[in-house]
Amino acid sequence: MAKVKIAQYWGAGCGGCDVALLDIDEKILGVAEMADIAFWPIAVDTKLKDVEAMPDKSITVTLYNGAIRNSENEHVAKLLRQKSLIMVSFGSCACFGGIPGLANVTNRKDLTDYVYGKTFSSVNPDNVRPQSHYQAPEGELELPVLYDTVLTLDDVVDVDYYMPGCPPTTELINLFLDVVEKHVKEGAELPPKGTVIASQKTLCDECKRKKDVTTIDGVHLPHEIDIDPEKCMLEQGVICLGPATRAGCGAKCIDANQPCRGCMGPTASVMDQGGSMLSALASIFRTADNETQLSEDEILKLMTQIKDPLGTFYAFTMPVSIIKRKVQEKNAGVKQ
Amino acid sequence: MTTSEMATTSSETFEPKIIAFCCNWCSYAGADLAGVSRLQMPTNFLVIRAMCSARVDPEHVLRAFSKGADGVLVLGCHPADCHYIGGNYRTRRRIALLKMLLEQYGLDPDRLHLEWVSASEGTRFQATIKDFTEKMKELGPSPLRGADKDPNRESAGY
Repeated sequence: MAKVKIAQYWGAGCGGCDVALLDIDEKILGVAEMADIAFWPIAVDTKLKDVEAMPDKSITVTLYNGAIRNSENEHVAKLLRQKSLIMVSFGSCACFGGIPGLANVTNRKDLTDYVYGKTFSSVNPDNVRPQSHYQAPEGELELPVLYDTVLTLDDVVDVDYYMPGCPPTTELINLFLDVVEKHVKEGAELPPKGTVIASQKTLCDECKRKKDVTTIDGVHLPHEIDIDPEKCMLEQGVICLGPATRAGCGAKCIDANQPCRGCMGPTASVMDQGGSMLSALASIFRTADNETQLSEDEILKLMTQIKDPLGTFYAFTMPVSIIKRKVQEKNAGVKQ
Repeated sequence: MTTSEMATTSSETFEPKIIAFCCNWCSYAGADLAGVSRLQMPTNFLVIRAMCSARVDPEHVLRAFSKGADGVLVLGCHPADCHYIGGNYRTRRRIALLKMLLEQYGLDPDRLHLEWVSASEGTRFQATIKDFTEKMKELGPSPLRGADKDPNRESAGY
């Protein structure tokens, strides 16, 4: 019987995706029967050179988690793509850039200047910065090059399937592993390339909370109010990214009385998760009776209750947003 | 032209690209009136007609910028005049929030402007276009120009 060969790699991420794969309960016992682990740095001791020695397309499926932030991430992604039949963008960082993707509000220079020079604990009198090459007496040492812009996996390689989530839920992982197993053992057909292993609808569609058509006067942080566990978060003034986020996660955060932060990314029909959320949130602000007398400044004041639109609406998706990264106005100094 | 050359282009020769979203009921008619009245104005703008200014999704505006627009105008009916009762109230909330977002992305928030232009205000349309074009010339080319051709690699560490 043919065995599935699995690889998992950890790019720019937190490692939670690796743990998520281990967290599939008793099914993990079946995985060893069903699959050989070809490469999984967190769990087994295969080296990169062993992967290089494998024949092309010999790994059945690679689950790549983490964004592409440095030259090593990209190198391993390309290598695994070459060696794998199926490449899965695993988790929000690989799919959308995720939390590391928020580094796109800055750039390599500002980032390293801050970390190696400006923090309270920085003691760096020689103003040393990490270099990609260093000539030590024992020989040349090499470190990966940090990129200016955080990229997603499909920016650098061809991706077959996307499994969003921070991390992907056990249900989604099991669902996908079953499909792969059936494909290998029984020759069942795989889903079409590019499939997102999640729902096609929005989280609101899965959410069981009661929704009236209530408008809000302001927004609250989750700790500022007692959130009614029966009522829609947004209608209580808590920013919940449900209307702009793909379902499939099982609404776990909502069940724990916490608002959705959007880790499942945009739904199938939009390009920009933040844009849809911005639109949805702005629309539920109450229209006052004296609306016609309100000046644009007063409207701006109303909206500045939302302190950090970029960080709130694009918490997981900045590198795949339409604008992708922060830019610099060239005439910024000229304007008063 | 390289990016650095574009930056040094003087405001006399720089011709901004402006997208003007006009609502069907007021502003598009206002633009029409400006046209048939032969009011003179710069030709740097392209009109996109939407049924309501509230139909202009933030995604449309962001996409215009990512495709190289130097400025985006959203024009709708005056408060209390919306064909759909309250579409323009939603628009002004969204645009205010969107300006905050654009600023976080590093763009000058003045590159996005909301204006009320009624069907009878051809001159107001003309004045809006003139002022906005002038302002965009002062601001210079959008830093996102050309970004759509090379969205990822441009600033990646190579």
